[in-house]
Amino acid sequence: MKRQAWQRLLPNYLILSAFLLLILLPIIGLVFSAFKTDIEVIKGPLTLPSQLRFASFKEAWTTGRFNFFFRNSVIVTVVVVVISVFLSTLTGYAFGMLPVPGKKVLYPLLLVGYMVPFEAVVIPLYHMMDNLKLTDTYWALILPQIGLSVSFGTLWMSSFFSTAPSELVDAAAIDGCNRWQTLWRILWPLARPAVLTLVVLIFMWTWNEFLLALVMIQKETMRTLPVGLAFFQGRYSANIPLMAAGALIVAGPILLVYIVFQRYFIRGMLGGAVKG
Amino acid sequence: MKSQRRWPGESRFHGWLYLFPGLLIYLVFVFYPIIETFRTSFYKWDGFSRERVFVDFQNYISLVTDAQFLKALLNNLVFIIFYSIIPILLGLLLASLLGRKPLPGMTFFRTGLFLPQILSMVVVGVTWRWIFNPNFGLLNVGLRAIGLGAFTRAWLGDFQLALPSVGAVGTWVQYGFCMVLFLAGMQRIPNDQYEAAELDGANEFRQLLHITLPSLRAELGVALITTIIAALRVFDLVYVTTRGGPGDSTLVTGFLVYRSAFQQNQLGYASTVATVMTLLIFGISLIILRFQSRDGEGV
Repeated sequence: MKRQAWQRLLPNYLILSAFLLLILLPIIGLVFSAFKTDIEVIKGPLTLPSQLRFASFKEAWTTGRFNFFFRNSVIVTVVVVVISVFLSTLTGYAFGMLPVPGKKVLYPLLLVGYMVPFEAVVIPLYHMMDNLKLTDTYWALILPQIGLSVSFGTLWMSSFFSTAPSELVDAAAIDGCNRWQTLWRILWPLARPAVLTLVVLIFMWTWNEFLLALVMIQKETMRTLPVGLAFFQGRYSANIPLMAAGALIVAGPILLVYIVFQRYFIRGMLGGAVKG
Repeated sequence: MKSQRRWPGESRFHGWLYLFPGLLIYLVFVFYPIIETFRTSFYKWDGFSRERVFVDFQNYISLVTDAQFLKALLNNLVFIIFYSIIPILLGLLLASLLGRKPLPGMTFFRTGLFLPQILSMVVVGVTWRWIFNPNFGLLNVGLRAIGLGAFTRAWLGDFQLALPSVGAVGTWVQYGFCMVLFLAGMQRIPNDQYEAAELDGANEFRQLLHITLPSLRAELGVALITTIIAALRVFDLVYVTTRGGPGDSTLVTGFLVYRSAFQQNQLGYASTVATVMTLLIFGISLIILRFQSRDGEGV
């Protein structure tokens, strides 16, 4: 009986594995390349590297200035995630639970920001930041990305708050909690899964953001990782191990977060969160 | 909604206190620039001079005959085939092949299939530039290894092949997402619907057409919106792999906006293209959402 079930499932596993392999092969090849020498790369794309050679990583990190890019990406991403999630919790709470005069106008206004491509924002933003002397600073990257994240975050959190059990809120009111206390003491612990999903999505979007950083930053040492990698590619495109090592430095942190929190990533993105 | 009542002694505008900080940042750094882009689309402006010349709808009118823009728009539409149609068909194929039997170990496959979705498109672009490398890239080396050396090409440097090559990267990014989405949807369909259909003598294809597809309406909507928007927004990938070349063979509207605004200082023109691009994305999203919610069930 057991054996029959296994045989029945075997074709399914084979089909799935074929599709999975097609996705993993390029990534495996990239990882192998990062540890190879130039000569090994030419010998074959999927051969194992002869040894675990970290020279390309070191070169990217120091001469390639990935140490600067990494620092910049971490600062921008952490600030954007923390502030956006906090503000989205407040706006989502207001839309989901509080009486908000003008909601019918304000809510669609925010929806616009959720669907708009960055191309439609970036030209005036550049001139705004230029006038404020904020180009080549973190602010030029942080403020617009908080704005965009809050627009999605508000939709996400308000849909959580509007389904939260209202008996709890009523009970809190009877116990003498005010709105602020009700939010942080009663509802915030319940919101954990929704908040975690929001955190990983905003982390991913900010970490991977490209166009804004490309336009706002001229100074090499202020670049974020994706832009740094793109310029790196222009300069060293023939040096495959170096390129691969650079790409892995960019992908590393997001991969780590993905492996730990993959449930939340997938839930959020199946819910229709758009990849840019 | 019950909990949205005002509490005793609470100001009508209490909720605005919570809205204010987030909404302010959004309005200043997102919404105002959108309006400003729209406004600029009615001007001729080089970005430096104080003087903006009002040209009415002239920018829009000239787009209709602008070869560059039409080429970019056409390429975006071709990308819809690669980003949206092929991945969705592959996803439906896999979902109907695997059926509704829960598979042990599915989490592992799901994690892997989803992987391209979380990667920076710059990383994806760098990876695929290596794969398409004419001399030692995975694709050409692989073709030679299986005796198809005659089919090796300079994939990204070829006027005919560059567009489908970059498009194929889009397929690679999106198909796992569609598969995971549809497989999750299949699990929701009650078994008795299929049992009843089998009793009525409906074959597999008819079951797919009359039970599976209608039940996956919500998932199809999400897949269509997500992948079509991705196809219309393409920028990073083109920037890294081809910069729109060779010639303008892989030019897309997103890249055209960037190039004309930040390299050619045609801000009125760039804003017009950006506005058209935005309206297109909004229009398509609304059409899909309406189609989806027509029978009550929607996202």
